[in-house]
Amino acid sequence: MNKPVSPTDLQLDEDAPLYAAQKKVYPQSVSGTFRRTKWGLMAFCLGVYYLLPFVRWNRGLGAPNQAVLVDLPNSRFYFFFIELWPQEVYYFTGLLIIAALTLFLMNAVGGRIWCGYLCPQTVWTDLFYAIERLIEGDRRERMRKDAAKGTMKLERFAEILLKHSIWLMIAWWTGGAWVLYFNDAPTLVKQLITFQAPMIAYIWIGILTATTYLLAGFMREQVCVYMCPWPRIQAALTDEWALNVTYKYDRGETRTSLKKANELRALGQPVGDCIDCYQCVAVCPTGIDIRNGPQLDCIQCGLCIDACDTVMTKIGRETRLIGYDNDINIHRRQEGKPPIYRIIRPRTVTYAALIAAVGAVMLYALLTRSLLDINVLHDRNPVAVKLADGSIRNAYTVRLLNKRGFDRVIAIDIDGPVNATLHVVGADSVTQDRPMIILARDTTTELRMLVTAPAESNPAKSVPVNFRVTDIGLGEVATATDHFVSP
Amino acid sequence: MTEHGDLDHVSGRTTTGHEWDGIKELNTPLPRWWLTTFYLTILWAVGYWIVYPAWPLLWSHTTGIWNYSTRAEVAAELANLEKIRGDKMVALGNASLEEIEKNPALLALARARGKTVFGDNCAPCHGSGGAGAKGYPNLNDDEWLWGGSLDQIMQTIQFGARSGHPKAHESAMLAFGKEGVLKKDQIVTVANYVRSLSGLPTAAGYDAAAGAKIFAENCTSCHGDNGKGNQELGAPDLTDKIWLYGSDEASLVETINSGRAGVMPAWVGRLDPSTIKALTVYVHSLGGGK
Repeated sequence: MNKPVSPTDLQLDEDAPLYAAQKKVYPQSVSGTFRRTKWGLMAFCLGVYYLLPFVRWNRGLGAPNQAVLVDLPNSRFYFFFIELWPQEVYYFTGLLIIAALTLFLMNAVGGRIWCGYLCPQTVWTDLFYAIERLIEGDRRERMRKDAAKGTMKLERFAEILLKHSIWLMIAWWTGGAWVLYFNDAPTLVKQLITFQAPMIAYIWIGILTATTYLLAGFMREQVCVYMCPWPRIQAALTDEWALNVTYKYDRGETRTSLKKANELRALGQPVGDCIDCYQCVAVCPTGIDIRNGPQLDCIQCGLCIDACDTVMTKIGRETRLIGYDNDINIHRRQEGKPPIYRIIRPRTVTYAALIAAVGAVMLYALLTRSLLDINVLHDRNPVAVKLADGSIRNAYTVRLLNKRGFDRVIAIDIDGPVNATLHVVGADSVTQDRPMIILARDTTTELRMLVTAPAESNPAKSVPVNFRVTDIGLGEVATATDHFVSP
Repeated sequence: MTEHGDLDHVSGRTTTGHEWDGIKELNTPLPRWWLTTFYLTILWAVGYWIVYPAWPLLWSHTTGIWNYSTRAEVAAELANLEKIRGDKMVALGNASLEEIEKNPALLALARARGKTVFGDNCAPCHGSGGAGAKGYPNLNDDEWLWGGSLDQIMQTIQFGARSGHPKAHESAMLAFGKEGVLKKDQIVTVANYVRSLSGLPTAAGYDAAAGAKIFAENCTSCHGDNGKGNQELGAPDLTDKIWLYGSDEASLVETINSGRAGVMPAWVGRLDPSTIKALTVYVHSLGGGK
């Protein structure tokens, strides 16, 4: 959209700065479909974030009853009916893959939906702007007040103080909610109020208070423009069919003032719909002009669509001069063809299929995962021991996992060399050949097990040996295979 | 510093004046806060010099106002570990060896502690897994020179064998050849007899009756009439499949000719009582414990 500038219009800045000061943005209030959507999504996102730690979920006696809990001291993650152990952290890998693909899919369908509506940076900045507007007034008022810096009155000082106090309060609650995900929320809230919470909780609240206050109160669009990698990735991932917040220059150009446009229209001359009112620029939270075309700084929040629609309605022209569209349709309209929209195309289908596939794999893994597990590690040194009567003994370190919330009795059987016997060190067996052990709830038990093959059986150099644990009550079975080695 | 030679006609912006193969770079100023952050990181580094050890001096270094040192941190952590371990080791010290084996928590603790101590102190001779070597018994099997019960193992660990400690296991095998008790051919004959005790093949032309006679006259006082050994004297069972110094004729001849008197140091006083308990339980749990 950049038009060549004629050499005579160029102005040479002899001392162009290497570093540019942040230009403060004063987004104007706006109303419309996208603004309403953003309010709704903000309420939803913040509501989930602040309230989720207080949701309870009954897991039985001895287990935490918080629906979502990262229990770091005990290395457990609870999410409603799911309990994950550290070795199952690969589920998060799956979630991250799904998250990335969802981001790609959003981008292929509707551009930076994440940036414009869902990103925490956007949500909190939007909230902070709303408070700023409530206290200091709308765009013009705020600009006027900032310009009159030198002559600050008490009233203005009070305004600023109030604004920052509310910002800090929200920021504090942001950090406060964060730590609630790592401890029993009601207990921690009581501790926080009575100043008896662990120091680490206060430190994290402090860190998140600082980042929220700084990022949503001051850094704002700088985060999106300079810090965030997604705009760069997004630009590389997009294609010509993706719908982005677009100024339809086929309709808008040539820009003319309302009065002049009416005059030219009366004369039957071609005139664009854009009346150069700058409302789209005034409402933009990153302070850009959408009419310059797709750009990295645009988070595609849709507020310029609302602003433009308001103006178009007022002057009696068709709305959506700015809207979700792409260059293909602009060119098609210029050629007099009807616009076409391709939401379903190889790219979106591929992303959706990948999301479904990864989701299905994860769901399958989650539903079929064993709550009783066994890991066997053969002794390395010595691998085999010859006993006085010539029989051969191999020792194994066996780790048994009971992921259920109650103790249970398990029996251990082996299937290996002929007539081999199993002995569990330190466990009194009810029956000689079938050791039975109590596994404590929600924990692992490490045992040393000895497998002895009599001399007569004369096992081969290496024979597979299968360890099988059976839950006596539930009938759940877990197996592991290792080898029985002869010297 | 900045030679903004040109203006770019497409963007209407200035260039940095840098040119590569006719391609010029637009001047896109970095945000000033970025520059400020950069300077702040430099200041932060200066803060490091002040609070932490930083600059080398001729014979020392600056220590920093926090007096931080990684060595002190390690020492503190080790002291803390000892403190944590302390309570548990007291429980270990108070329990009898049998009680430790019966209690899963104490057994796990004793095995973990024992394994570490074994690696530090016993592994040089007995091997990291207690597999032993020629002359150094395998602690995983069920043949014990001085007994394989919990108490017997603890006795051996505490006082050792031929260690010089008054309570150490003392008796040694006589060097029958060197001392002139048996002649060379007698030694070969009795060596073959010893092999026959555990069912190993004997040399051609070997006189079984003579072997039995020599064995009865010289060996039975320690190894017993039937060669089953005697743990009181540290005399091994000669009828089983386990051989500390080898079962071939040459090894046996060497054993009978020169005698054997392996040495194990006493650990009492070097390791504290609860550690010796843990070590005992660990060795007993390796698989051969009686």
